[in-house]
Amino acid sequence: MILPYGFTGRILDIDLSTGDISVVEFPEETYRKWLGGRGLGTYILWKELGDRWEFINPLGTDNILLALTGPLTGYYPGIKLCITGKSPESNGVVGSTISSEVAIELKAAGYDGIIIRGKAETPKYLLIIDDHVEMKDAQKYWGRDPHEFLPELIRETHKEAIELAGVGGIPKEPAIIYIGRGGEKGVRFASIMAKWVHAAGYGGYGAVMGSKNLKAIVVKGNGPLPPIADREKYEGYLREVYQQLFESTTFRAWGTGAGGYEVGYRLSSEPIKNWQEEWHDREEISVINFELNFWVKKYWGDYGCPITCMKISYIRSGKYKGARSDAPDYELMAYLGTNLGIFESEKIVYLSYLADELGLDAINAGNVLGFIAELYQRGILTEEDIGFELRWGDADAFAKLLKLIANKEGIGKILAEGTYRAAIAISKMKNVDATKYAVQVKGIAVGAHGIRSGEDYPSPIGYAISVQGGDHTSPAFHEPRTPAGEVRAAFVDSAVICSFTSWIGFDKLIEFLNAVTGWDMTVEEWVNETALRIIHMQRILLLLGGPDIYWDPRIHDENPQRFYEPLPSGPHRGKKADKNEVEKLKKKYYEDIGYDEYGIPRPDMLKKLGIDDAISALKRIRRRLGI
Amino acid sequence: MKEEGRLWILVDYYRCSGCRLCEIICSLKNEGRIWPEASRIRIFEEVPGATIPHLCVQCSDYPCVNSCPVGALTVDDRTGAVIVDEEKCVGCGKCVEACPGNVPRIPRGKRSVVICDLCGGDPECVKICSEAGYGALKLYRGGLQTDLQNIHT
Repeated sequence: MILPYGFTGRILDIDLSTGDISVVEFPEETYRKWLGGRGLGTYILWKELGDRWEFINPLGTDNILLALTGPLTGYYPGIKLCITGKSPESNGVVGSTISSEVAIELKAAGYDGIIIRGKAETPKYLLIIDDHVEMKDAQKYWGRDPHEFLPELIRETHKEAIELAGVGGIPKEPAIIYIGRGGEKGVRFASIMAKWVHAAGYGGYGAVMGSKNLKAIVVKGNGPLPPIADREKYEGYLREVYQQLFESTTFRAWGTGAGGYEVGYRLSSEPIKNWQEEWHDREEISVINFELNFWVKKYWGDYGCPITCMKISYIRSGKYKGARSDAPDYELMAYLGTNLGIFESEKIVYLSYLADELGLDAINAGNVLGFIAELYQRGILTEEDIGFELRWGDADAFAKLLKLIANKEGIGKILAEGTYRAAIAISKMKNVDATKYAVQVKGIAVGAHGIRSGEDYPSPIGYAISVQGGDHTSPAFHEPRTPAGEVRAAFVDSAVICSFTSWIGFDKLIEFLNAVTGWDMTVEEWVNETALRIIHMQRILLLLGGPDIYWDPRIHDENPQRFYEPLPSGPHRGKKADKNEVEKLKKKYYEDIGYDEYGIPRPDMLKKLGIDDAISALKRIRRRLGI
Repeated sequence: MKEEGRLWILVDYYRCSGCRLCEIICSLKNEGRIWPEASRIRIFEEVPGATIPHLCVQCSDYPCVNSCPVGALTVDDRTGAVIVDEEKCVGCGKCVEACPGNVPRIPRGKRSVVICDLCGGDPECVKICSEAGYGALKLYRGGLQTDLQNIHT
């Protein structure tokens, strides 16, 4: 069914095992109930895998990988594509968005997204040029890093797009998402990448893509986006949002990079040495040092971005010559910088480049590096275990570890499982409790915004209860029936737009949605129905979990232990998360969102949300937990 | 056509962020939809980070206009822009072939060619690029030689 506005109504369904390619169509009602991206992805995963979720190995043939757009993708400023699937990090579903023109090219090719099943026998890449969909041999690209293969793949596929266009002239180059070595080798926190530096980081979907022998997805669409329901209104809103975002001049100037100094110095919430500290006054990390020494492009935006917070850094000389990254990006400055005791811009550019080249999610990578460095600091692991000395601030040692992780060699084999699983393995190996140094929630590294000082945005239960674990882009807010925290993030990830361009009134976002789709959605409907439906379904799949690890909300709806230790330095010295407050907020949150006292969704709520078919899953969860 | 009246869109590659607001505004104005490949200005990015605005430069000898077998292309008297008569155009691609810059497009779903008409003298792409604060696209008026002198001094 062709939907009238905003959506194409068509999703490509590709089975890599059989080579079958088809198009699936969902009724408008499904889109209205789940929107797109994170919401629709969760729905499809539940429908397809829900009855045997606990037995699905995220890195096995049965897992399904989804790359979906949403109704506002391409229409609202700031392009994103949302990747979902069963996450090898959390064993639940993570809506993992990536800036990539693949999103707009898909819509222009006539698809709302792609469903990928099975596993190719040999490495392949997927080529989509409008109606032309083909699995192509990728053996010559497999095992090679992006700086080598990406330009070649762009040239090769652009040539095909030009040939197919015939007398129609030269189309722009296709857009590409791809994996690096980390994804090929099945590193649990491998990312899916685009344009050197963009990543779908959280979730570990690079490993899922690698497990399917899929190196890249290449898309070119030559047609128009689906029509807009109310063009006049839409263009009015568009101009309004442009004007607002053009005023974000500080963000345009420094991107998120200003956080490298600010979040530490002003908010006392930046990870330093595996979160042993969160305050610093090291000015050398300031943006100016990146700008003066390394920037070769000061403003870089993806399709339709009025802010362009991205920058391109390039190291022209010295031992890191040739390194290229989007530094400074706050999360990477923190996780591959301060969290490792590194404050120098050059080293941050280099390590960011390395993580991107290897196709590793820099947040989870920096988290596990900090974790192991603390074990070294405490003498739990020695030079013998690691293979070399590992001191805070030693960028070359951490670089060596990143490569070991991507190749799954030596200690890298354990670390490639991510902080949580590595902590369990090392605890057994060394007969100690290493999990208390693991700063993660439900298998996902906590984003670089701490909760101890109380100055940063995440609520004390933001990470503990989020259906996306430590994901800082989707922290739970302790009043769930408001368009904040996870309820807002679920919209951004399901309408599939950029969270940095969406900081306008939430009612405006809904109006935007209605102008494009012709719907009559209300803030009320989103907050009390749609968002809750998505979050409940994600919660159910997260609690079903498995097959290697299961979550018990009584144990795992909890902050990392580190957050209950007092901050040792800075103006907020002594502050820590308050266990009583966390318990109180948690209880209230369960009640307000409609979970039972154990944090398990309730049958009556599922009925109300129109997902009665998930009630049977609640029994499976309760049976496993013995409640 | 008087040389002084001619218009040119000057591209400053260093200032282009690749945001493509120009493509969005252009296709909304000309096609009523967002349509990246039907935008009269398109940003190529064959190496990620190298963002290259690409559009008609109004050659003085107009090979596209001269190549058209059905007389669908004419030159705007006031601006020097190429005007496409969508009714007359048969989508044969002769102009696409004739263009030395690979500029014209007949994207899937459209039966006639798209070429920049300079919005009749007030190009939307230039306006949005300036409003956005990049100024990668600038409007120049007058004869080509004069402009080149202006640019270099």
